[in-house]
This record gives sequence, C-alpha cells and structure tokens, in this order.
Amino acid sequence: MIEVQGLTKRYGDKTAVEDLSFSVQPGVVTGFLGPNGSGKSTTMRVIMGLDRPNTGTATINGRSYHDLDWPLREVGALLEARAIHPGRTARAHLWMLAQTNQIARSRVDEVLDIVGLTEVANQAAGKFSLGMGQRLGIAASLLGDPGVLLYDEPVNGLDAEGIRWVRNLLTGLARQGRTLFVSSHLMSEMAQMADDVVVIGRGRLITEAPMSNLLASSQQSYVRVRSPGIDSLGSLLEAKGARTTRESDGSINVSGMNESAIGDLAFEAGIALHELAPNNASLEEVFMELTEESVEYHGAGGGSQ
Amino acid sequence: MSAETKVMRAAPQTFAGHYSLRGVVASEITKLRTVRSTMWSFGVLIVLAVGLSALASSLTTSHWNQVGFGERVTFDPIRESLIGVFFGQFAIGVLGVLVISAEYTTGTIRASLAAVPKRSRLLIAKIIVFGSATLIVGEIVAFVSFFIGQMLLRSPVPHATLSSPGALRAVTGDGVYLCLLGLIALGLGCIIRHTAAAVSAYVSLLLVLPIIIALLPSTVSNDVSRFLPASIGHTIVSRIQNPHDFSSGVGLVLLAIYAVVALGVAGYLLVHRDA
Repeated sequence: MIEVQGLTKRYGDKTAVEDLSFSVQPGVVTGFLGPNGSGKSTTMRVIMGLDRPNTGTATINGRSYHDLDWPLREVGALLEARAIHPGRTARAHLWMLAQTNQIARSRVDEVLDIVGLTEVANQAAGKFSLGMGQRLGIAASLLGDPGVLLYDEPVNGLDAEGIRWVRNLLTGLARQGRTLFVSSHLMSEMAQMADDVVVIGRGRLITEAPMSNLLASSQQSYVRVRSPGIDSLGSLLEAKGARTTRESDGSINVSGMNESAIGDLAFEAGIALHELAPNNASLEEVFMELTEESVEYHGAGGGSQ
Repeated sequence: MSAETKVMRAAPQTFAGHYSLRGVVASEITKLRTVRSTMWSFGVLIVLAVGLSALASSLTTSHWNQVGFGERVTFDPIRESLIGVFFGQFAIGVLGVLVISAEYTTGTIRASLAAVPKRSRLLIAKIIVFGSATLIVGEIVAFVSFFIGQMLLRSPVPHATLSSPGALRAVTGDGVYLCLLGLIALGLGCIIRHTAAAVSAYVSLLLVLPIIIALLPSTVSNDVSRFLPASIGHTIVSRIQNPHDFSSGVGLVLLAIYAVVALGVAGYLLVHRDA
C-alpha cells in the first residue's frame, strides 16, 4: 500500500506538486492520470525517495522508502525507459541491481524469461529498441518479487502486442494481491487496465475514485429511459435531483442518477420501464472534463490563470 | 512470456535483516567489470603509462652523449622511469569522474538509488571498489614502469634498483598518488555530475592551477604551490626536492585530506540533492 500525505514539491520557484494526498490499495491496478506536466513523475520520484518533498510524506507499507530493509524486495519501479548504461549487457545490468539486495543470480534469468529478453540477455543494452529497453526496465522492477510496483508510462514505445502483454502482466500482478500504481497518458489503455484512478492536474488532486464511479459520475454519462409513463417518471426523477432531457423518440436521458436508483424509483411508483440503458462517458471524456481547468499550457492566447 | 504467474510468488513477503554494504560493494565491482570501456581504459592506461616510461628511459640511454654536464649531474633515474605516471594521472582522473558521472548521464543513478536508498552507502561502496582498483593499477603502473625503465637505462647512464635510496618510497608512493587522485576525481564527478565539466575541473586542478600560481609573485607562489597536487606528485618521484615543497610523506597526507574533503562534500550533496 502506498500513502501520500500533504505532499508539496517545488523546484526553484515552480511548484510541481501541491498538498497532494491519496492512497493506493493492494490487489488492484491504480491508474495515475493527469495532463503532461501535472506532477505525475515528480510524485513517483518522491515516493521512490529520489526527490525530497518540501512538505508532506510518502510511505510504502507505512515506511518511507529510505527506511526500507530490502528496497528491491519491497518495491519495484520503472520510472524512466532506458536508464541503462549502453555498454552494459541486459544480464549484467540486472545482476548488478540484484547484488545490492542479495537477490539470487537465478532470479536474473527468471525475470529475463518473464519479459522475453533471454535471447538478447548478453547483448549491450545500447543496441536495444525502446520497447526492449522498456521490457528490461520491467524485468528490473520484478527482480525482488516485490509487493508494491510503480510504473511510469510502462507501455511507451511498445507495439500492440507488447501493450497487451504489459496489460496482462500488470493486471495479473495485481490479482496476486500486489499494489500496482501505473501512470499513462493513454486513456484507452488505462480504462482497460485500472480498477482505481487518481487524477491530478497542476500538481493537485482532482479526484481519487474507483474507475466505475468516475465514469458514472461524469456529466456526460447518462441513463436512457423509455417508459409508457415517461412524463410522470420524468417529473419524479427531477424531484429527486436528477437531470432529464427529452429525446425526439420519446425517451429521456437521465444524468445524476444511476440505473439501479432509477429502476427502484420506477418500481416504487408503479411505473413500467421499457428500457433502462446506462451510457457511460469514455475515460477520455471524463479526463478532459476533469482536467479542463488545470491543463498546464493552453493554446495560443490562453496562458495560465 | 506466459510464465508470469508461474514464477511469481504471492506478495507480501518478509525477509530477515536488511541490505548491507557487502552487497553494494559486490554490485559496484560488477558495474566496473561489465562496462567494457572501463576495462579497456585501465588496460590502455597501464600500457601507455609503462610505454611512455620505457620510451623516455631508452631515449635517454641512446642520447646520453648529447646530454649536458649540468643535466647529467641532476639526472634522476627513478623519476625518469616513472614519467609515464604523469600521463596515468589524467586517465585515472577521467575514470574516477566516469564512475559516477556516467550514472547520471545514462540515468542508471535512479536505478542505483532505488536499490540503495541509503545514498552514503552507495558512495562508500564506490570509494572502496574504485579506490582498490586504482591502488592496484597505480602500483602496477609504478612498479612495472620502474623495472622496465631501469632495464632500459644502460650504462653509462646512472640507474637505480629498488634498494637505492628513496627508490621504494618513490615507486610505492607514486601508486598511492594515482589512487588518491582517482578518488579526488570521483569526488569531483559526484559533486559536478557532468562528465565534461568534472574532467575539466580535474585537469585544471593538475595543469592550469600551477600555471596561474606560477604567475604570482614568487614569495606568494612558493608558499601556495606546495599545496598543489602537481607539486606533491613531483616531490614523490624526485630525488632532488624543491626546498619550498612538502616532503613526499606530508604531501601524500595532504592529498589524502583533499580526497576526504572532496568525497565528504560529494557525500553531503549526494544525500541532500534530488537525484
């Protein structure tokens, strides 16, 4: 479990992250979303003890990264692709990391096998493609078989097959009870992978919620309702605080209330329902809606408020 | 690739104890060993330094009858045979800088610090490993240079043996000198973090600073120049000592203090700066 509490990080007079608090639970994939420059990487670097926060704390299973007994056996991370000496082989890179935490040599071969780099293990990493570098980074994160994993843009540079492979790997790891914290700018990827989401903008928390709640709560999500008693049902729903719009085919689109609540209400009022179809906004739409206010750099003339 | 669930154990797990300096030292040995350019640099350093010493010695032998009387009197066979070390100190400096600056330029430093969050431990491991490597290489360069040089200095050119006065001190001292310079370079690399800038600083310390100080009035420069690594290096290998300079023993202690200061500042900055 990862906990971030009141985190503020400034570089010079630029504030990268401000009073950020959230937690990441084990057993699920938690997506970390935000526009470019919103502070995702900074947050991950602070959690990993690479950057020092100005105020606030970041803990892993209740301890700061600095105090972990076996860092690589407790936390695995891929923070930047290709953070590898180009002259060193993939195997040597993993071995020198493994040695620091007394991880067995056989584990190096295991993780090479997991990421499918066994055949190029003795080649200099400088010759690797971006995708292979990414796989090597993922291999390094798995060395200590850790319970907490952080990935910053893990599917960057991977082809469609590689992306599917990463998705399966990460969801599989989460299903084993591990804590997975994954940032990505690819919304469609995130929608398929993440169970929970943490959304930030301009270094501040925008929302922290299960993916399904996030999608349902969007302005652009609605439930399409058809009923012979549509007029009385419409006024009933509005009286309960939902918003309704009447469509030309006689149905109404209801927002601000989910399909179960609508169904229950209709049942209690004795109104028959002919259709009750939830229509969730895409994560992309929700993301745009949430971060509209907080995009770091607007187009021409926009400036930042 | 389908093996993911098979080889993964269920989390979380607990382990006794904690990671230690020993593992970090082993890791640093692997780092040094597995970058071919480093191993090549050490090899080239030894060959070139010894080669230069040999060249100087054999040229002296073949041109001895053209050497003036004054030069013959002050000729120092020990220093002549160790002349290649002058070259070696630059190669050692570049390697010392690279031990840490290469981690910054490649981004490996983030992986290293994620594995070893107690940052002073990482620096201490680097000091132990690189310090030992340069001490061994330094002594190899000094001893091999000395023996080959003395072999090539033929009569009537005076030559020395290890039992000649001051010879053993000069040869072993020169190896220690190389090691300490390597550690100063490691400190500079860690403080400056950029390879080119750190190498420039190191070369300035050895070559440029002496020139600037020589331009000062001699009453000032004599007092200041003896503190320079270059002057200390000169004293270590020389039979005839510049009266203003420290003895070679004091010089090496001074150089060790420089190394401690450079590495101390490096350690402080490593711990307190963002990676």
